[in-house]
Amino acid sequence: MIAAALRLRGLLVKEVTQVRRDPSSLLIAFLLPLVLLLINGFSITLDARAVRLAVVIDAPTAPTQDLFQAMAASPYLAPILVATTADGARLIASGSARGMLVVRQDFAETLLRPQRWPAHLGLQVSGTDPNTARLVEGYVAGALQTWLSSHALENRLLATPAATLEHRYWFNAELRSSNSIIPGMIAFVMSMTGTLLTALVVAREWERGTMESMLASPARMAELIAAKLVVYFGLGMISMLEAVLVGTLVFAVPFRDGILPLLAAAALFLLFALALGLFISTLVRNQFLASQLAFLVTMLPAMMLSGMLFDIASMPPWLQWLTYLFPARYLVSILQTLFLAGSVNAVLLPNLAALAISATVAVAATLAVTRRRLD
Amino acid sequence: MTEPVAPLATIAGLRHRFPGARHAAPQTALDGIDTTILPGMITGVVGPDGAGKTTLLRLLAGLLRPTAGQIAVFGLDLADHAATVHDRIGYMPQRFGLYEDLTVAGNIQLHADLHAMPSAIRVPRISMLLAATGLAPFTDRLAGKLSGGMKQKLGLVCALLARPKLLLLDEPSVGVDPASRRELWAIVAHMLAEGLADGMGVVWATAYLDEAERCGRVLLLHEGRLLADDTPEAIMAPMRDRVFLLDVPPGQRRAAVRLAASVAGVADASVQGDHLRIVLRPGAALPDPSALGGSHLSPAAPRLEDGFIDRLGTVAPTPIPAPATRPVAQGPAIEVAHLVRRFGDFLAVDDVSFSVARGEIFGLLGPNGAGKSTIFRMLCGLLRPSAGRAQVAGGDLIREPAAARARLGYMAQRFSLYGELTARENLRFFARVYGLSRAAQQAAVAAALADFDLADSADQVAGDLPLGVKQRLALAASLLHAPDILFLDEPTSGVDPLARRAFWARIGTLAEAGVTVLVTSHFMDEAEYCDRLAIVSSGRLIATGTPADLRGRVRSDAMPNPTLEDAFIALVGADLRARAA
Amino acid sequence: MLRRILALILKELSSLWKDPKSRMVLVVPPLIQVIIFAHAATFDVSGAALAIWNDDRGSLAGELIRRFAYSSAFKIVAAPQSQAEAAALIDGQQAVAVLHIPERFSADLLAGRGGRLQLLIDARRSNTALLVQGYANAIVATYAAEHAPRPPPLVIETRDWFNPTLEPEWFVLPGLVAVLSMLIGMMVAALSLARERELGTFEQMLVTPLRPAEIMIGKAIPAMIVGLFEANIVIAAAVLWFRVPFVGSLALLEAGLLVYLLAGVGVGLAISSVAQTQQQAILGVFIYASPAVMLSGFASPIENMPPIVQWITLVDPMRWMLIIARGVFLQGMPAAIAWSAIWPMALIGIALMTAAGLMVRRAVA
Repeated sequence: MIAAALRLRGLLVKEVTQVRRDPSSLLIAFLLPLVLLLINGFSITLDARAVRLAVVIDAPTAPTQDLFQAMAASPYLAPILVATTADGARLIASGSARGMLVVRQDFAETLLRPQRWPAHLGLQVSGTDPNTARLVEGYVAGALQTWLSSHALENRLLATPAATLEHRYWFNAELRSSNSIIPGMIAFVMSMTGTLLTALVVAREWERGTMESMLASPARMAELIAAKLVVYFGLGMISMLEAVLVGTLVFAVPFRDGILPLLAAAALFLLFALALGLFISTLVRNQFLASQLAFLVTMLPAMMLSGMLFDIASMPPWLQWLTYLFPARYLVSILQTLFLAGSVNAVLLPNLAALAISATVAVAATLAVTRRRLD
Repeated sequence: MTEPVAPLATIAGLRHRFPGARHAAPQTALDGIDTTILPGMITGVVGPDGAGKTTLLRLLAGLLRPTAGQIAVFGLDLADHAATVHDRIGYMPQRFGLYEDLTVAGNIQLHADLHAMPSAIRVPRISMLLAATGLAPFTDRLAGKLSGGMKQKLGLVCALLARPKLLLLDEPSVGVDPASRRELWAIVAHMLAEGLADGMGVVWATAYLDEAERCGRVLLLHEGRLLADDTPEAIMAPMRDRVFLLDVPPGQRRAAVRLAASVAGVADASVQGDHLRIVLRPGAALPDPSALGGSHLSPAAPRLEDGFIDRLGTVAPTPIPAPATRPVAQGPAIEVAHLVRRFGDFLAVDDVSFSVARGEIFGLLGPNGAGKSTIFRMLCGLLRPSAGRAQVAGGDLIREPAAARARLGYMAQRFSLYGELTARENLRFFARVYGLSRAAQQAAVAAALADFDLADSADQVAGDLPLGVKQRLALAASLLHAPDILFLDEPTSGVDPLARRAFWARIGTLAEAGVTVLVTSHFMDEAEYCDRLAIVSSGRLIATGTPADLRGRVRSDAMPNPTLEDAFIALVGADLRARAA
Repeated sequence: MLRRILALILKELSSLWKDPKSRMVLVVPPLIQVIIFAHAATFDVSGAALAIWNDDRGSLAGELIRRFAYSSAFKIVAAPQSQAEAAALIDGQQAVAVLHIPERFSADLLAGRGGRLQLLIDARRSNTALLVQGYANAIVATYAAEHAPRPPPLVIETRDWFNPTLEPEWFVLPGLVAVLSMLIGMMVAALSLARERELGTFEQMLVTPLRPAEIMIGKAIPAMIVGLFEANIVIAAAVLWFRVPFVGSLALLEAGLLVYLLAGVGVGLAISSVAQTQQQAILGVFIYASPAVMLSGFASPIENMPPIVQWITLVDPMRWMLIIARGVFLQGMPAAIAWSAIWPMALIGIALMTAAGLMVRRAVA
């Protein structure tokens, strides 16, 4: 027992010293998450703001002028008055405008006479980016609705609509996209640091020949792995806390509740990611392949299949099934809930259980593939 | 006269194969090995690269499971008792297995912890080993910043830490200069004497046959088979009275080699300094010296290498093509004047001047870090000198590098052709890069394949070729464009003796044809083939001359018949002492 | 000189292809990425889990529920009976939204007082929330219009140009042409010198008459060829497999790609000249590529970014290539407009290549 403790101590000292001396692992653990979080946090904002919209008014009158002002008053639209639809089309084609609102000659007149309703407005939207296209359509409809109701009050033109839908956004009332993306990004950053860190370290020991002398020493394989896990676990947790701080301080994402569940989820996920990294690098023993594989099985799914950016429920069924294989989705669920909703057991418990299973499987698989031999 | 002792390890019916890469057949690394490893001596595992030395050591360390046969270490079958065995062995892998980002002390403490050494034992043991290896002043240095010789000593300290009963050393002397090699032998011999009471034994793998002569017992491996398992004396015994030195007039040594090799009864002829070393076939009568192109034959002591070649059986020596005459330009081929190179504050090359005549084989020798590779790299145009002048083949490498490079050939120590291309594709690539016309390319590639005996392996992927063939291919590639000057960086380290002889015979032929050859090496065997040598120490040229000159300089009563290695060590040692004073 | 460069290019291509490792890296990850991206990278919402809390016994509520049930945007997953049940469904992420139909809905509607509905939306995923609200609004608006006593005052007739049904694949795949070709071209360039350095063949090459400029050209062209090859595979997959329309000029797209890859390969070579090992080269590529993709507008529109970040995107060649790729694929972008995106890329490319050339020369000498 004392012998095992001594061996473990020796291995831990070795790992810590190596980490301290190796700028690249500190870089991966501390600088990379910061840079990624800042760049991605600032660049992925899905809330469109001030979309440029070309407006063609065939016959400018007071009501159409008023309509244009209403468009300009919307925080989401930046209308540009153009003379002809051809001009508008040019703006759309070159990407200088996302869409074009066409107000025909008879529009104002029709609108003033309820018996000739409805008045028609043409909205042409560039569909190259479908998401933005939908947002633009929503913004224009919203601005028109506002304009119409303010107008209606003056002109008593309008009856109450037959049915109205009031909506309430829970957990993120202003619908800030960074509130949803930053918790997801933390999961992404953790999969990356976790897997990349360990995927490279074991492969490096094989390539430099140090693994050979470890294997011929009395150290047990489980001790070798434990020492690596402990050290990189510490690094990973620190980089997670760093990411949480950046998220709450820089991006002002609220953190509702649940430090303990946060630590538990992070710990389980990190254990999984680290074990997966060890598994990969034990399997391929080559730094180049190890990093490629790490990218394929952790970073890509964490970005695409975790629900951080893209809605899992909207994916084709086979892809939805696939997402269950990548624990990033469980972590993203937990983080989005903890940050925005608080400790909701109905979300936390099943997802924590899934993370625990993933971590167990990954550690077991790692122990199974590491043998004491070179062949 | 030997009383029976319990062996440290017994190997019976051992065979090991590696599963081949996707297309290749499985490779048999070892086959039919039966032997025992005895305590109290150094057992040499000797053979060229690829003979199976490393595989045998890894099997003994329990790192590989044998395909067939049994290995028992300390009487325990390795298949079941690897962990127990690991407590009692010390193993130093080929690249020393050190953590380069840990300090000397850090590496030692790690191994001490792994062996769970209590500090009462640990502290005195470590200080004893540090003192014995001279590493004590460097404990705070990073292992990665140590010189090759020091790394090796550190690897040795780590392996010796827990007083192993069996010490396994995998090619500890690769890439290390002769002085460091001697020190290493002294340390291991000392440790063996110290561990004699415990019944300690050492297994030392090496490709250097001269070094293996010092072993108590030698396992001679060739292509995975055990060629001999005996004392060095017993292996050399059949060579007694079959080895002679032939005096040849200066300047005719290489012609004499060709002549001698064709004489019946001569098994092997090679250049040794200003002599020719002749090995006769068993039972052959002593030939007339004049028939061999020399004047006087004197008997010489056999070497382990002679025994090795003898046991390999007589392979018909590769016919060496006669030299093609080429126009020889006037003036020296290489002229170096007051060459200086600094790296920051460090003066790597300090005012070096020498010149090399056309058709000469010139060797640059020196301990690790002495600056010989820096000089070498400046001469090939890989590095810019800080000051001084270097003219190569009449061209100025500094002002017109590309044009000057077109006239030189370069063969690196490490195989440095494209491993994933076939031999033919590699040759074709270099022919194109050297700007040969399409017709000339085809002719040059075809000629190279024929001349260098590569026709059979032309369409094999270069990375899969055996070492000797790779080395021929690398030489062929560096000669495609008929360069005036050939640069060789330890060209034959790790190659089996037969292939090495053939290689140097080719180089001799080239030199006769007027090609100038510059060699760097710390392999004394290679130095013997040179016409002239320069010894570099701490960035300065300390001696220049023929091998005989250099030997003559250190001849004394204490050393009446110094070898080139003796000369090297004495000259470098004297220089270092003079500087220290 | 040409012969030497040609030799280098041929060697480079054949050793890339003959090395099973690099062959795998060139073929497998891009393929997986095309499949995953094309199917997963959609911000659209379909089949969103909706719970309907119906307190209204009237027939009009039933009709409304049927409309939600038939919409492809929603999938009705539960029928809570109380506020608490509804909240639990949202908290536990079983439902993205709960539609509440109050008791008096049918009665109010029939009486002309206007029925009022409530929608509670889980905004933990803000984009999903926004779209769910939009789809629900549209369904309710149509429903209301049909039950209104007279037509609405105005109707917006919307036409989505270039992508009438707003297929997400049409957006993602042209973008992937730019992203994947850059990643691969850059990776090949970045690994090429680092690999030779690790294998020791770099020195062998340096003692040949090859000049630094020739080495660089000989390394850049194969990387560009591989990048172009990759781009065309994605183009073919997009057109033949995913049926993305291709209305513009292929020649224009290829010309754009060529200029674009010049910039990408320049980055790769610069990384390669600094990296001592393949490992460092891969890390370098990753560190460059992830912000480059993020800032290019591949995932989210550039005009949404803060102004400073928008300025930074100007030097990202991928940003310009995305304009060309999407424009040529869907809009039939004319050469004149494409030019306005090509010249910035050319400028960036020349700057990067010059920098890479200087760095390679330093590494060589």
